[in-house]
Amino acid sequence: MTLTRLERPEIRRTSLLTQSLAITRRNLIHIKRMPEMLMDVTIQPVMFVLLFAFVFGGSIQVPGVEGGYNEWLMAGIMGQTIAFASFVVAIGLTADIDKGIVDRMRSLPIHTSSVLVGRSVSSIMHSSIGIFVMSLTGLVIGWRIRGSFAEAVLAYFLLLLWGFAMIWVGILVGSSLRSVEAVQGVMFTVIFPLTFLANTFAPTENMPTVLRTIAEWNPISALVQAVRVLWHNGPPAPSDAAWPLQNPVLATLIWTVLITAVMAPLSLRAFKRRTDV
Amino acid sequence: MNSAPAVEAINLVKHFDDTVAVDDVSFEVPQGTVLGLLGPNGAGKTTTVRMMTTLSRPTSGTARVAGHDVVTEPDAVRRSMGLTGQTATVDELLTGRENLALISALYGLDAATARRVGGDLLDRFSLSDAGDRVVKTYSGGMRRRLDLAVSLVATPPVLFLDEPTTGLDPRSRVELWEVLRELVRDGTTLVLTTQYLEEADHLADRIVVIDRGHIIAEGTPLQLKDQSGAAAVVVTVSHADDLPRAEELMRSVTSDFHVDKGARQLSAPAAGLGEMTRIAAVFDGSGIDLDDLGLKRPSLDDVFLRLTGHRAEESAELEGEEALR
Repeated sequence: MTLTRLERPEIRRTSLLTQSLAITRRNLIHIKRMPEMLMDVTIQPVMFVLLFAFVFGGSIQVPGVEGGYNEWLMAGIMGQTIAFASFVVAIGLTADIDKGIVDRMRSLPIHTSSVLVGRSVSSIMHSSIGIFVMSLTGLVIGWRIRGSFAEAVLAYFLLLLWGFAMIWVGILVGSSLRSVEAVQGVMFTVIFPLTFLANTFAPTENMPTVLRTIAEWNPISALVQAVRVLWHNGPPAPSDAAWPLQNPVLATLIWTVLITAVMAPLSLRAFKRRTDV
Repeated sequence: MNSAPAVEAINLVKHFDDTVAVDDVSFEVPQGTVLGLLGPNGAGKTTTVRMMTTLSRPTSGTARVAGHDVVTEPDAVRRSMGLTGQTATVDELLTGRENLALISALYGLDAATARRVGGDLLDRFSLSDAGDRVVKTYSGGMRRRLDLAVSLVATPPVLFLDEPTTGLDPRSRVELWEVLRELVRDGTTLVLTTQYLEEADHLADRIVVIDRGHIIAEGTPLQLKDQSGAAAVVVTVSHADDLPRAEELMRSVTSDFHVDKGARQLSAPAAGLGEMTRIAAVFDGSGIDLDDLGLKRPSLDDVFLRLTGHRAEESAELEGEEALR
């Protein structure tokens, strides 16, 4: 080992943005090094699109949709994928806490929140890749956006907004559970069924009454219905459907605000409790 | 150099729910010296370090690092210290160089400075060849060195090391000690926790012994050993058959001695070297083959045993078993 004296570089105060970007970059390098991390937003959704389209597509009739079930299905699968943004955040955060990376960051003269912001931004990018890949797959199997350009953009915007709301759920789960395995367990037993108990893959009209009510009030149904209607991939909700499905865009906005308002303080508290030990 | 202590713990207390992890811990670390926080697993060492490095908020009391209060000026404290945690907290999927670059960016170093500092650190820790490899491929010793390098990006005047050599093989451990000594020569103040008595003995100028959240002893390694009783002259005979004759010879010098038949050892408390020369003189020319004759100071292990009533390792095992339950 050499005996040179180390220089003492000048520490400069950096902004939350600079710090968050540095951490985002680090998270993106992870994806580059381990492309299999992207399986949940590439192979998996493509598989889902193909499975649902070809296995169920023949049996589920959706009247009044030009492109049939395949087209109707797309909004549902995208809604499910973006709901899993919470999963991506939770897994990444738990791993970072577990491995002491978060402690390392907290011992530096930076905003602690940059760890969360960086994680959130990279997770949204991660999930966006999924949305993009699915859009391409959809185009291949005959899905088309049949509404206006503005409506199409609004639909994608709602998906993204949903992703941001899901981040808080992810931070809460990631901070509350002790291991990546536990996060996977909770996500698959809670979030996964929740994304099915909705209008994602089958219309709610044919469900038994109780189930139908739950499905229609499931926040994800509003999102899926909004995207479906904006892309003109499905008929408007029947008149006896619950309020969120009658006003899906507004309902989606309300749900995201509500989820954020409840989850943000809870998740920040959980993160603080988890790390301040 | 100003004479204010580089690190001061002032009545630090930390409660977790109903357990008291750290109870009224106070000490000072003068600049450019090494303090060893010694204690078994679960003694409160890590919690003490976490409070001193702003990671954990003290229930009461405070600490000052480079003159800054950890409770009221956490940001200033973070600017003045580096921390190497219990597990190497480097990013496995990044290369060594990328790890250093990330931390440099967070410290706000410009790209050119960051590259230079990163390169220097890799050189210094003999990681230049591995600098562009992903950390996943590093050995335990290399990870620790990189972890330390990352803590030194801003060349902080105070460095906290939480069990820096746990899990390292003996050679890597000795190498890391050498690096740490070098840092101290350059004026860095070190606070390190360890459960290895040998490590504290090797590195620390002063030792604070913690058990169950309390400080139970402090002083230089030598003072602690002296506290644990006087040294002893220990004679080890080569053949067990010679033991009776050796006892006779020993009795001619002192009546106060102890025989350990299994170890073929006779030991007599010794006030100083005089005792030893007298004993050596009677064995000289006696025809008894000796394996060893020497003055033995109590080890820190003995100190620990006397202070806590248990050996450091035993207690660590106990904690482990409790954790499993």
